[in-house]
Amino acid sequence: MLLSPALAISAVLFTLGVAGVLFRRNAIVIFMCVELMLNAVNLTFVALAQSLGMGGQVFVFFVMAVAAAEAAVGLAIILAVYRHKQSVSLQNMNLLKDG
Amino acid sequence: MTGTAVDLIWLAPALALLGFVLNGTLALARPNSKTLVSVIGAGVLLAAFVVSVVVFSAFVGLHPEEPFVFRYWSWIPVGTLQVDVALQVDQLSLVMLLVVTGVGSLIHLFSIGYMKEDPGYARYFAYLNLFVFFMLVLVLGASFPVMFVGWEGVGLCSYLLIGFWFSEAANANAGRKAFIMNRIGDFGFMVAMFLIFWSTGSLDFGTVFTHAPTALMPGGRTITAITLFLFLGCTGKSAQIPLYTWLPDAMAGPTPVSALIHAATMVTAGVYLVARCNLLFAMAPVSSAVVAGVGALTALFAATIALKQWDIKKVLAYSTISQLGYMFLGVGTGAISAGMFHLITHAFFKALLFLGSGSVIFALHRAYHHTHSHEDAQDMRNMGGLARYMPWTTALMWIATLAIAGVPPLSGFFSKDEILTAAQARGHADPIWLVFWGLALSAALLTAFYMTRLMLYTFHGPNRTGEKEQPHLHEAPWIMTGPLLVLGVLSAAGGLSNVPELYHGSAWLHHWLEPITRPSAALLPEVHLSTSTEWLLVGIAVTTSLIGILGAWRLLKPERLVPARSAPEERGFARVLRNKWYVDEIYDALIVRPLVWLSREVLWKRVDQRAIDGAGVNGAARGARALGWANRWLQNGQVGIYVAVFVLGVLLLLWRATS
Amino acid sequence: MILTFFWIFGVIAMGSALLCITRKNPVSSALWLVVTLFALAALFVLLDAQFIAVLQVLVYAGAIMVLFLFVIMLLNLGRPGPTDIRGPVGLLTATVLAGALLLQLRVLSQSPLPSGIQLPPGTIAALQQHQGIVGSVANPLFGEYLIPFEIASVLLLAAIVGAVVLAKRKL
Repeated sequence: MLLSPALAISAVLFTLGVAGVLFRRNAIVIFMCVELMLNAVNLTFVALAQSLGMGGQVFVFFVMAVAAAEAAVGLAIILAVYRHKQSVSLQNMNLLKDG
Repeated sequence: MTGTAVDLIWLAPALALLGFVLNGTLALARPNSKTLVSVIGAGVLLAAFVVSVVVFSAFVGLHPEEPFVFRYWSWIPVGTLQVDVALQVDQLSLVMLLVVTGVGSLIHLFSIGYMKEDPGYARYFAYLNLFVFFMLVLVLGASFPVMFVGWEGVGLCSYLLIGFWFSEAANANAGRKAFIMNRIGDFGFMVAMFLIFWSTGSLDFGTVFTHAPTALMPGGRTITAITLFLFLGCTGKSAQIPLYTWLPDAMAGPTPVSALIHAATMVTAGVYLVARCNLLFAMAPVSSAVVAGVGALTALFAATIALKQWDIKKVLAYSTISQLGYMFLGVGTGAISAGMFHLITHAFFKALLFLGSGSVIFALHRAYHHTHSHEDAQDMRNMGGLARYMPWTTALMWIATLAIAGVPPLSGFFSKDEILTAAQARGHADPIWLVFWGLALSAALLTAFYMTRLMLYTFHGPNRTGEKEQPHLHEAPWIMTGPLLVLGVLSAAGGLSNVPELYHGSAWLHHWLEPITRPSAALLPEVHLSTSTEWLLVGIAVTTSLIGILGAWRLLKPERLVPARSAPEERGFARVLRNKWYVDEIYDALIVRPLVWLSREVLWKRVDQRAIDGAGVNGAARGARALGWANRWLQNGQVGIYVAVFVLGVLLLLWRATS
Repeated sequence: MILTFFWIFGVIAMGSALLCITRKNPVSSALWLVVTLFALAALFVLLDAQFIAVLQVLVYAGAIMVLFLFVIMLLNLGRPGPTDIRGPVGLLTATVLAGALLLQLRVLSQSPLPSGIQLPPGTIAALQQHQGIVGSVANPLFGEYLIPFEIASVLLLAAIVGAVVLAKRKL
């Protein structure tokens, strides 16, 4: 009964996360939007766990663990980049450019 | 394989080809070995003539009913089409074989003397041998494609030989003009071949002529189209209206070339083609009328132009065109043997006329060489009174002149008369032929007139060459005069080969060609002229010739002529004739200039430069560069763009999943 | 009744998420994200995932977001500076792509679950009655999913080491 609204909310949250990633330049805010996306997925898992078994909730557990690890490492990277570029704006992070 | 000497037929073209290979090698390696070149060049021709005579005698002894076809190898086996490299030996091809090798040998001997001083001696004989090879392939071919190989080959050799002295732009242009006009005709030939294959399923002469009466409706559109396209090829190769203008220009080549190619052999290929396909032409009366009509008209038209030409070779060139018109009138009427008869006699006396004029030009050249003069050695206004210095040549040329004018009992009389009679007879069944007869008769009058004019201005009256040159004028060496003698005998006595029954003659050629002409004779209207009518026609023809000769003798005054450099311009109608009715100029304005404009402005500038180069080649490069520039943005290092592309990719995946 | 609450918290979640992505100040964004996380925790409770809800608050909102705020503080980004929202072109692209994505996801979520593997409603609630709220998660975690559990712990160790190494001034 709650499945369908839950999936709808999850879809909207995920989309908002994607939109945020696309139109923000600040690396940390982008990271936050990625966390938002992960949470939307968590919502989906939990909603489906009601119909398909406890495996959904266990998976959410793992997602959170991985999100934590990722947040730690990602923020460390941002710090390291900040030390070089004195900025966290995505515009300045163009080292992948050819030549 | 017949097991007789007829099997040796392949030797004739092979010998000519051998001559070409050897002389060609000598031309490249040791061009100064004139004796060796002469021996090879003339030797292979004489050997080929001997082979021809042997084959001919063997053939006569066999009394065959069907032609002999010797298949050597398979050339084009494609689907239902089977074309072999094959030679056909029958009455018609043997006649042509003898003429080509016989007259060809005489001209080769003449060339030895005529071209002696020329640096391109070996090249000349190489080309001449190659020409004979292709001409033999043409007349001996057993199918349309093999004949076409010869057809194209003689066109090529004509180009090579017309432009023999190619360092002069005018000569090279003449060669090019000949080749291009021939190509127009060749297009017609090819279209005809396609139509023939499409309607009869084969291209071999035997098969086509057996199937034609059933596969094609007589008088129908297909057969008319086929024959008209074939005739287009003939107008190109045999210089009839409208594709004749190349032949007078072709006089830029050496005189023996003019004699061999543009008088005796190559230009007669068209007549041979019509004779070979006589069944097809008999099945299409419209085309036959076109052939005969164009022939008659060309005969008269060219004769009018010849009246006012001053270059001796040009007069003979227009005379050739005119006489070819007679031949087409003959074969168009269905009188195949009459047309072929005139072909043979014309080969004799026209070759004699050309070679004789060659002797004259040779003498004048030598005289001018001694005095370092730059006068035109071919202009009749620089000649005159040469009978004193060159009696043999004069006499022989007179024989030829009387022959071409149709004075009995020389050969030309019999052949020309047969054609005129045939035309008149057919006129009783189809009245249009009476018009053709009238045209041909008028042409006969003019022929007698202009030929007498040529003789008068060249050999009689006072000499205009100049006092310093006169001591150097004398007869040509015997190597050149000898062949003239042989041709003179043939011109005089050649008529004996086909004396009509009217004179209680054997009409040998007529009966000899009967197996070839029988299928078509059945389709032609039956006409019989009474004996008195025939005698009347003979009388009319002879009278016309005599009027022409005597008229020229009385009206023309060689004393009034001045040498070429101080000669006045023509005026009035004479000017029109002198300028060949301005046909060349008309062609230039109507056809050549628009084509050149089209090529340059449209095809070159717009299509080639702008469309293909600009839009195509350069445009593709520019497009690639633009695409590259656009794609640069995909990898500029901006993470934001990477993310956007990433999302786009995910969207695409999802879309594929949901649809 | 539950449905009403569900929608209330759902709207709160969506609204605060929207606010999160549109604030200029990174600190504001972080705080709005925290609100979103709380709302999601409430949703988890309503979906019979109470343990997960608590974990969400403790770990996500409590630890991860705090980490974010620490880094924002370290980088001195709290003050208002030049805006970091992209210009009109970027906004347009983002809206278009996001809109397309939303449509796709709606389509996907409409498709029904295969009935063969669906459990009857109320199974989870019964399970939780039986084994307890924590027990119902712990049993599969240490049973079926033991190996992923151990790997996750190794992953966390690697993450810690990596974070320390990356953030040091001198290695």
